[in-house]
Amino acid sequence: MRPAGLWSSTIALLAALLLPWYLVQDGIGVLSYADGGWLTDPDGAPALGMILAEGRWWLWPAVLAPLAGLAAALLPLSRSARSWLFLLAGGVGVALLAAQGWSIGPRGWMAPWLQTAFGETEARQYGIGWGGTLVSSALCVLFAAGLAGRGAFRGDAFTATVAVVLTVAIGVFTALPILQMMMGAFRDAAGAFVPSAAVTRLMDDRLWGLGCLAGAPRCGVVWNTLLLALLTATGTTALGLAFALLVTRGRLRFIARPLRWLTVLPIVTPPFILGLGLILIFGRSGLMSQAAAAWFGIELGRWIYGLPGLLLAQLFAFTPIAFLVLIGVVEGLSPTLEEASQTLRADEKITFRTVTLPLLLPGLANAFLLGFVESIADFGNAVVLGGSFNVLATEIFFAVVGAQADAGRAASLSLVLLLLTLIVFFLQQRLTARKSYVSISGKGDSGLPPPLPHGVRRLCMIVAGSWALLTIGLYVLAFVGGFVEVWGRDYTPTLRHFEKAFSIEGGQLTGLAWNSVLTTLELAALSAPITAALGILAAWLFSRTNFAGKGALEFATLLSFAVPGTVIGVAYLAAFNLPPLELAGTGAIIVACFVFRNLPVGLRSGMAAMAQIDHSLDEASHTLGGGGMDAFRRVVLPLLRPAIVAGLTYSFVRAMTTVSAVIFLVTAETELATVFIVNRIINGDYGLAISTSLVLIVLMLAVLGVMNLLVGRRRIGRRAAAIPAAPNLSPATGPGAAA
Amino acid sequence: MSRRHLFAAVATMAATFTLGALPAAAQGSLNVYCSAQVEWCQAAANAFQKETGIRVNVSQKGSGEVLAQIRAEAQNPRGDIWFGGTGDPHLQAAEDRLTAEYRSPLLDQLHDWARKQAEESQYRTVGIYAGALGFGYNTELLARRNIQPPACWKDLLDARFRNEIQMANPQSSGTAYVMIATIVQLMGEDQAFQYLRDLHRNVNNYPRSGTGPIKAVARGETGVSISFVHDAVTERLGGFPVQYVIPCEGTGYEIGSMSIIAGARNERNARRFYDWALTPAAQQIGAETKQFQTPSNRSTPVPAEAPQMSQIRLINYDFARYGTSAERRRLIERWDREVNSLPR
Repeated sequence: MRPAGLWSSTIALLAALLLPWYLVQDGIGVLSYADGGWLTDPDGAPALGMILAEGRWWLWPAVLAPLAGLAAALLPLSRSARSWLFLLAGGVGVALLAAQGWSIGPRGWMAPWLQTAFGETEARQYGIGWGGTLVSSALCVLFAAGLAGRGAFRGDAFTATVAVVLTVAIGVFTALPILQMMMGAFRDAAGAFVPSAAVTRLMDDRLWGLGCLAGAPRCGVVWNTLLLALLTATGTTALGLAFALLVTRGRLRFIARPLRWLTVLPIVTPPFILGLGLILIFGRSGLMSQAAAAWFGIELGRWIYGLPGLLLAQLFAFTPIAFLVLIGVVEGLSPTLEEASQTLRADEKITFRTVTLPLLLPGLANAFLLGFVESIADFGNAVVLGGSFNVLATEIFFAVVGAQADAGRAASLSLVLLLLTLIVFFLQQRLTARKSYVSISGKGDSGLPPPLPHGVRRLCMIVAGSWALLTIGLYVLAFVGGFVEVWGRDYTPTLRHFEKAFSIEGGQLTGLAWNSVLTTLELAALSAPITAALGILAAWLFSRTNFAGKGALEFATLLSFAVPGTVIGVAYLAAFNLPPLELAGTGAIIVACFVFRNLPVGLRSGMAAMAQIDHSLDEASHTLGGGGMDAFRRVVLPLLRPAIVAGLTYSFVRAMTTVSAVIFLVTAETELATVFIVNRIINGDYGLAISTSLVLIVLMLAVLGVMNLLVGRRRIGRRAAAIPAAPNLSPATGPGAAA
Repeated sequence: MSRRHLFAAVATMAATFTLGALPAAAQGSLNVYCSAQVEWCQAAANAFQKETGIRVNVSQKGSGEVLAQIRAEAQNPRGDIWFGGTGDPHLQAAEDRLTAEYRSPLLDQLHDWARKQAEESQYRTVGIYAGALGFGYNTELLARRNIQPPACWKDLLDARFRNEIQMANPQSSGTAYVMIATIVQLMGEDQAFQYLRDLHRNVNNYPRSGTGPIKAVARGETGVSISFVHDAVTERLGGFPVQYVIPCEGTGYEIGSMSIIAGARNERNARRFYDWALTPAAQQIGAETKQFQTPSNRSTPVPAEAPQMSQIRLINYDFARYGTSAERRRLIERWDREVNSLPR
């Protein structure tokens, strides 16, 4: 804890002395570096320069707190005294900096009561830049070092740092914007604080009406959402399980790999394309309807609009997520227990029912939770296929941007959405909390996974087979759309859409789609590793340590996932448009949105995988003298490869395909491909939209392939099916692999 | 060790952002929120940039989205000017003082409806184009089912259109609100709601977005839509069998508008763009990018494909009354209570 304090104080001090405190409007390039002139530049000075040259005395904590930390680290003090100093320097420093940041803004005082208390001020300040960011972060680490010194987190500085950094990051980027927006539920149309407004809005019959059971045309939107989410979550979990079992244990030598890739297709598909494809197949003038009319004389009509079509689209869209979560869990399942069951004379069916399935419970619960949350937050499919079947996500969107523009209603609907998530989250916790699902332990286990029982295998084949067939049909059709004149209408082959989107003339990228595709790639590539790293760290923290407020923090990470993208977008814009965190209009706000919106998936898949790893492995590392970081880096991390791949894959792909969350955050310079595609679809230019989508899909598949190769597979000491009798042949199965 | 690596990575990342976001501010710049079609936005921006040397950043969004964004950014505005999009959100922004007052010297050259829009908003917005409300229908679908296309508002009540009509949901769509306000002004409020209740039986769906119905017509998902006629022209040029009709009893219209955002950082450039966008040369860009609304400057030539406003029987649409938030909320709530909750 002393080195951690020393390092963080030093970094904070250097940043306060050298780095520009505020966001420099025209980039740091314009500051003169040669003669140190930037040190007192009115715009680009670091904290010390601002204090001395500009008289901004309220920045003193930025210099004094690191000094105090440094002194505490260097002076010969008792452990207890040093920790107290660390705690004080870090905590008070950050608190004072935050207080000044939120008090003085670009137009003086930020709140009216400050104005009345202190009178007019001449001081103006904009958002913080590198100096401000680095000083605050380093002081947080200093605070964590102090906590560890006081004995929290078993005295381990690494664990404490992870916990504090996560808390601050989630607090700032998830809880702050969303809670700020939720406050809107308690304001009336004029903006005054009226708590009863929320009650009136929440008791609305449009939310809770049950008229449809008695023959009225519609039910409350909450019931619609709940019904759809339950159906979708059940369906995706079942489908995902069928795929995961088939791919890992189905003995499908040649089909397994293509099947695996097929399940990835829907997640790499930009929004709206899936819904449009479904309409082209099942819509009133779709292929199926035309065939039915021509062959059997049946009018299928417009059944696709409403619950059935929406459910179908969501099953397509979200099964891969369940699959990604479950495949890691199924692969990690230890055959030992199943072999034991068979030794005890249980047949395959009983083993499957009483051993395999129960062991999969955490994975199933996680997959269900994700499916549920995805479904209630899904906007793209609901708006294309919902028809008169209203769900909360569309209601919220149109409450924000619709003709009535009722932000209070949007906030109270979001509140309901959050409550639904909270309930499911709580149930899932109750379901999986009390049992042990450990199946990767320090003891060498080299069993052979039993084949699937015949009935189960057949069921999986049928379910997965029909799903695969439909997916192929959908994608062939979508693929065709990029190469014909008008999708769904004029099937004359052409390449003109691709030319329009991706033409290169004389070394210049003149195509319309280049700019947005390249920006998307850059931002997605930046956000994916951050998301995966944060997700795994958080998973490790939540499943391996105990601290006050853990449950609240765990729930807070879910917040941004449970709220529809549009709400996040507006909330981010409102929260980060003003100093001190002035991120609006930059690429950083988009990356932050990606990271914190996709964090829950990395976290969930990490936790499901973590539940399988025996604590004794961490303990062994401790016994051998390793700290928290060693246990994490050398034991947990290598065993979590599938979860890391899942986190990386998912966050990259989500970043490439999100639209509703970022539609308010993009600017001309940071236009994203999805926004480009949606605008094309709104204009009815399907060819251009689809050809851009196709390029995106191909790009994503390529990146996924490379990622899979690079990260590799987790090597658990399990016998290969072909050579069951020869355990210690490769290094991977030797005792050194510790698995 | 690994923490130091982390810092290095963060620093590198940070540097990428800052360098990537460098604006080259030579002639000054202008941030345009554009609610017209994206081609139009882009072409207008390019033309203005070429003429003045001012760097233009365009961000294209629906008018409801722009209004939500301007509201969220009110304390620290990012945009300078809001170009295009149906007039009601512009009027709302004016009502909430989100947009700034400006009297362009070109106001005298505009059609009466465009000037009236400016006067009624205390010069916080101005009309740049107009588009009439009408019906769109799928020629192939109607021919296959032997249905005569509609010609008047009253035709839509006919049993032949049972389950064939779509209009947008006025709770979310400005287009649908224009339709309700039009019917109310044509027939008087009580009769209008009787008409809407009768119409309800023939409507198969109320999609959320204003262009939803005409797109459903284009793809053969429904026979008839109630929508702006210039959108029907756009779909037809997209290759779909779509035709439009102007109702014989007369019809309402939207006024696409333009406003300068209050507290804009580049207000001088915004004014320059404002004046430029009202000139005939700038307004011709709409037609060049296949958008067929009627431009607001009297001397802008109108292309042949465009619905000719002069030949359309327009009602005397009372934007002052039906554009206010209170009246809008009242009518939409009445529609939801008396029409939308009925069984079909």
